[in-house]
Amino acid sequence: MHTSSFNKSETLHHLVHFLPTQAPLKDFIHHNTLHAFQSRKFEKALSDASRFYGYQTLLQIEEYQRMFLEGKVDEGILYRGLDSQEVDVWKAKLFRTDYDENVTAEIGQLRNVWKERFAIDLDSMVFPLLFRTVLSYLDQGIAVWQFPIDSQGFIASLKKLEVCNATSIFKTPRPRRLLLSDDLRLENLLTLLVGESSYFERYLFDQQFAHPGYAGMVAVIESNPGFLVDQRNLTLEDFILFELLLEIDVLDYSFGTIWSPLSMQSQHIEPKLHFDFEISEVFEVKIRWHQAFEWTYYDEVLNGISQNPQVTTPSSTFQALFCIDDRECSFRRNLELVNASAETYGTAGFFNTEFYFQPANSEQRMKVCPAPLTPKFLIKESVENHVKRNEFHLNKGVNGLVQGWFLTQTMGFLSAIRLVGALFFPKANAFGVSSSRHMYKDSFLSYEHEGNYASDGIQIGYTLEEMAIRLYGLLMSIGLTKDFAPIIYIVGHGSSSANNTHYAGYDCGACSGRPGSVNARVMAKIANRVEVRELLKEKGIFIPDDVVFIASLHDTSRDEMTFYDVDHLRDSPQALHLGNVKDFKQALALNASERSRRFVTVSNHGNLARTHEKVKLRSVSLFEPRPELNHATNALCIVGPRKLTRGLFLDRRAFLNSYDYRTDLDGTFLTGILNAIAPVCGGINLEYFFSRVDNNNLGAGTKLPHNVMGLIGVANGIDGDLRTGLPNQMVEVHDPIRLLAIVEHYPEVVLQTLQKNPKTLEWFANEWVHLAVLHPIEKVFYRLHGEHFFPYETSGLKVKGGNLEIKKIMNELEDLPVQIIQNLVV
Amino acid sequence: MTLLFITIVCWPILGFIASLFIPKNKENTLSNLAFVTLLIHLSAALIWIVFWLIQGGKPINIREFSIYKANHYDFFIDFYFDKITAVYWLLGSLITTIITRYSRYYLHREEGYKRFFNTLLFFYSGYSIIIFSGNFETLFIGWEILGISSFLLIAFYRDRYLPVKNAVKVFSIYRIGDVGLILVMWLSHHIWDENISFDKLYSAQLVHAHFKEMSSLGLVVSIMVYITAAAKSAQLPFSSWLPRAMEGPTPSSAIFYGSLSVHIGAFLLLRTFPFWENQFGFRVFLVLTGLASAAIGTMVSRVQSSIKSQVAYASMGQIGLIFVEIGLGLHVLALIHIAGNAFLRTYQLLISPSVVSYRIKEQLYALKLRSKTFEDRWPKKLENTLYLLSLKEWNLDSLMYHYMWNPIKKIGAKWFIFNFKYLFVIAGFTVFGGLVLLYFQKSLSPKFVHEFPIIFALLGAFMALKAFSERDSVRKSWTLIMLNHVTIAIAISFNEHFDAYHNLWYLSGIMVSWAIGIGVVNYLRKRENWISLTRFFGHSYEHPKAALLFLMACLGLAGFPITPTFIGEDLIFSHIHADQIGLAVIVSFSLIINGLATLRIYARVFLGPHIKNYHGVSKRSF
Repeated sequence: MHTSSFNKSETLHHLVHFLPTQAPLKDFIHHNTLHAFQSRKFEKALSDASRFYGYQTLLQIEEYQRMFLEGKVDEGILYRGLDSQEVDVWKAKLFRTDYDENVTAEIGQLRNVWKERFAIDLDSMVFPLLFRTVLSYLDQGIAVWQFPIDSQGFIASLKKLEVCNATSIFKTPRPRRLLLSDDLRLENLLTLLVGESSYFERYLFDQQFAHPGYAGMVAVIESNPGFLVDQRNLTLEDFILFELLLEIDVLDYSFGTIWSPLSMQSQHIEPKLHFDFEISEVFEVKIRWHQAFEWTYYDEVLNGISQNPQVTTPSSTFQALFCIDDRECSFRRNLELVNASAETYGTAGFFNTEFYFQPANSEQRMKVCPAPLTPKFLIKESVENHVKRNEFHLNKGVNGLVQGWFLTQTMGFLSAIRLVGALFFPKANAFGVSSSRHMYKDSFLSYEHEGNYASDGIQIGYTLEEMAIRLYGLLMSIGLTKDFAPIIYIVGHGSSSANNTHYAGYDCGACSGRPGSVNARVMAKIANRVEVRELLKEKGIFIPDDVVFIASLHDTSRDEMTFYDVDHLRDSPQALHLGNVKDFKQALALNASERSRRFVTVSNHGNLARTHEKVKLRSVSLFEPRPELNHATNALCIVGPRKLTRGLFLDRRAFLNSYDYRTDLDGTFLTGILNAIAPVCGGINLEYFFSRVDNNNLGAGTKLPHNVMGLIGVANGIDGDLRTGLPNQMVEVHDPIRLLAIVEHYPEVVLQTLQKNPKTLEWFANEWVHLAVLHPIEKVFYRLHGEHFFPYETSGLKVKGGNLEIKKIMNELEDLPVQIIQNLVV
Repeated sequence: MTLLFITIVCWPILGFIASLFIPKNKENTLSNLAFVTLLIHLSAALIWIVFWLIQGGKPINIREFSIYKANHYDFFIDFYFDKITAVYWLLGSLITTIITRYSRYYLHREEGYKRFFNTLLFFYSGYSIIIFSGNFETLFIGWEILGISSFLLIAFYRDRYLPVKNAVKVFSIYRIGDVGLILVMWLSHHIWDENISFDKLYSAQLVHAHFKEMSSLGLVVSIMVYITAAAKSAQLPFSSWLPRAMEGPTPSSAIFYGSLSVHIGAFLLLRTFPFWENQFGFRVFLVLTGLASAAIGTMVSRVQSSIKSQVAYASMGQIGLIFVEIGLGLHVLALIHIAGNAFLRTYQLLISPSVVSYRIKEQLYALKLRSKTFEDRWPKKLENTLYLLSLKEWNLDSLMYHYMWNPIKKIGAKWFIFNFKYLFVIAGFTVFGGLVLLYFQKSLSPKFVHEFPIIFALLGAFMALKAFSERDSVRKSWTLIMLNHVTIAIAISFNEHFDAYHNLWYLSGIMVSWAIGIGVVNYLRKRENWISLTRFFGHSYEHPKAALLFLMACLGLAGFPITPTFIGEDLIFSHIHADQIGLAVIVSFSLIINGLATLRIYARVFLGPHIKNYHGVSKRSF
């Protein structure tokens, strides 16, 4: 037995690459679920992933065929690029109904031998104790009596627990001896269990992918210990060691100490694990269906953009900067329809201010900028009166014996009253998530650097120069460099919900899953500073003195807005602002009513205000698993001036990033935008995509039976693996369509820009995100294929036009077609 | 009055039956029906209880009607109402109303919306039969309904592995409780020579008079009552099923395992109090086990790092205290405690997802990373030992396997004589031989005949074991279960004169169910290339109707109260004499095993992850 063919660190590294990389709940960030395959072309990657894991990565053929009948797949696009002979061949394949769509997973074959040849169900005997032990070790605050943790790490803690104990973790003596020996090494245990070292890698993959949730969580925590407030020293290797010991324990317990290693019975299995597979005919059929499905939609959108009359707004009453988030897509449209002279802009919702935020009276700080950035600044909040809200039902004492005895008989009856209240008269409570509680409305923010540093040396606040750089970058990237309106709103967004474990996934992705209120407020403060405006003049941007920036927070589930620091406005902007607030309110009610079309449990009778109230109730109702539908149905990302899409009905499907190629001819700012769009919008889109196509494995399944595990994750019941991906309730109305990014610029500039960053290029070149470029002069589209742009001819079909009747669409459940809006009819 | 009681008890059953006929996609109609049914029951409870209290609050007993009557035997329905019923009625109807309202929105668009409301109403029907029951027979009907609806709600996500596995696990524990109840019925039948009503139990002299004569029998009955109650209320040694039952949607976990189902054990103890009131030994036993459950439940709860299991074990601990209170005779206190605990746990479970945002927010302002707990004051070794034991749930789960199910399976597998292919020849021989012997019974020496019941009961038990340990053939296992019943019928027939009519009662349901089951299996075999008992097949994904029909057949074969077999089972027991404890034990053991074997077949063939994965099929560990 040679251990030479097994390279431990390489294998572990390889393994980690394939494991899910979902962070603990409080830091939930969307990402490409199949990131491990991202270096391959999208279609090949999906085929490989399907064969490798045994998951579904596209819809079933039957579903595509049904969509074809419903007109969601265009026949012309389905056979595009084929000659008449090929069409016949494909037709026969596409409409066959007897394809075998079952997949055999590459993973799991070797460990299956335990069951087949040894007739032992290792998993069901190992997992409960394994999961419980590692979860107790990682627990962030559920357990009352915590795991005795040793700072030396997981294995060291286990050793201490085992040594000083009258009982044992294990049922048999050998694993105990192995744990306590100085020679506890992965190779030794694997040799004992598996035998032949050529099988080690396959065994470890099989083993860890039997519970990808825990394995992934351990790997994520190993590489980002900071995700845990109460940090732990846990490595994937330690985790595997413990699992191997438990396996040995079960085998010893069942067979005594004499049993042959697994490889003795596994000659029929090839030792080497495959990561590359032929694309099968079934899968090719699925791919053609899927592409036709996507392009049917894209084509409609591109037609819409080229047919949109691009009306320019007269001098504007106000301008408002929003996050690029697709949820603002419909809100911006409604706002513009309410006030035709309002101008809106979209940019990443941290508004170019990256920093750590330390809430009032807290010792902790949280990152409020895109996940890949590492800020060098800290902004502290302070407030005079801090209010703490308490909820005894969620306190630990209730579960104690003596306290519990007393509490059940007294407070227990209060529970009954609370329950009835919560069901019939839902209202905000101490344990709900409210976006407005992220920051106190009138708190003081230390956004200006006054020479102070935190104890770890991080700079508190920005210097004036640093402020100017941020404001300049923000305005340049969205092309707002002149014609400033008297009031410019900076609108962050957040979301309120009740009983929601995945609340972090509802807030602003550009603020690391927090509400964007602090960033908006900081940017507004910066932009209102006279000194900063002076500095900006030197860079060529003149902001008139009477222009006022106002920060705001848009709550996307409630459709409410909070405006910050407006009490101190001078008289004339105050009056203007109050006028604008009316427009905002109307737009919010419209938006809520439009959203309500997907909520079957909200009955619409056409009264906008009443519908809005019902929508608000959803965010505080305990029994509401869908306070909002988040990014569901997202499919587009448009990088260009608003006039491209203004007046175009894109439902809520587009991320809108304002950008003017004329202020960025060499693509400097475009680089930043594309670098952000690919992982952020692409990540969101693909997580929805995969959670939808195989919700049971790549998504988190239905959230109704979820159980909170150690505050870091959720599982079904108590013995289940941690669930990654999105629950069914978030994705059920989502059509799996890749993101189509549309940029207005010269194709060659875009290509140069992309080539500056190979990581970003990979997203587009491998078509995990589609890229189309609108040539500003030729007014035609180019499409990126590999690393080249090719002209794309749209079908030219006329897009629907006419009035947008809110009351009519309030009762539509399905996705709505692209439409050029003439007027809003309320 | 009689009519009123019948209406009250049957009201939820009517709701349940009506709900079966509502189409799947009519979410509003389904939830409205359930809500209105419950709301009316709750209003009735309020009105009734007020009037009842005004009139003095005296217990009411109503003997309804006999379902089956023979010379010494009378299976009758009897209702009883007193303060215990009043509290449980209010509690149950209020919580169920709340849960119906909650689930109306919570389950929106969920696959199985209809199934959920059907099962919820079914559960509540069982619950109200239990709390209104006036004798063990009536109570037993409700008890069985509760068990099966639990199984269905735990396995609500029937296409995943863990829910199905845990549903079978919980059902197996419940089955032990059921048989405890059967034995209680059998023994009390012999003690009082009739199917005693609770009303009579409450008349103290009668109970006293009897127990003076046979105190040891009384103790056995009490222990059986404890086993039944402990199994339902997750007390020692059956506790480990409680957190594992939390596989369904959160509201169903809340109502079953947070509040109503789990407090039914306490109800049984309260109801049978006069039975064991004067058995000092039993009361000491009850208080001690209650304390032990409280201690262990609390310790295990303290180490749980998942919110639902923490609440579950905390609840178990409080129920331990409730058992203590009942044992001490503090019934009013116990009733308050029961209601408070039920409300509290329901609420805690319903808001359990909020714990993430709440605690994380809390930590933001007051970070106490490692707060001292009182265990830290103990010697390190003691603390570590207790911690590890609690982490492993005091091995309660594995002990159940180690000392109960695994040996049973092993015995079944090792009974070599049935391992060769002439199994059915031997089984057939047993049945045929039995019939022949029965026929010539009179010409045989009574000494021989006296031994026959136990011999045939043993043969029957082995068939049940064989059915339970069968790993491959569905039809073989299914048929063995049927043969087990037939053999038992033969065994009992030796006991007294052969009563064909009684056996017809007993076997009619069995034979019909067996035939339906075989029909369904044959239907499936034609369409699927592989069905067996080696793994979960999840065929309900493609054959939901066949699954439903087979479930009905299973219920029939397991003696569930939908066929005359249910009464037959009780009848059979009435023919076992008081001195034949061995026979009673073997027959009841058979009943446990064949009930399990039946549901196992259903689970294996129709539930769990689907064998075909052209659609997304959940990983086993999810």
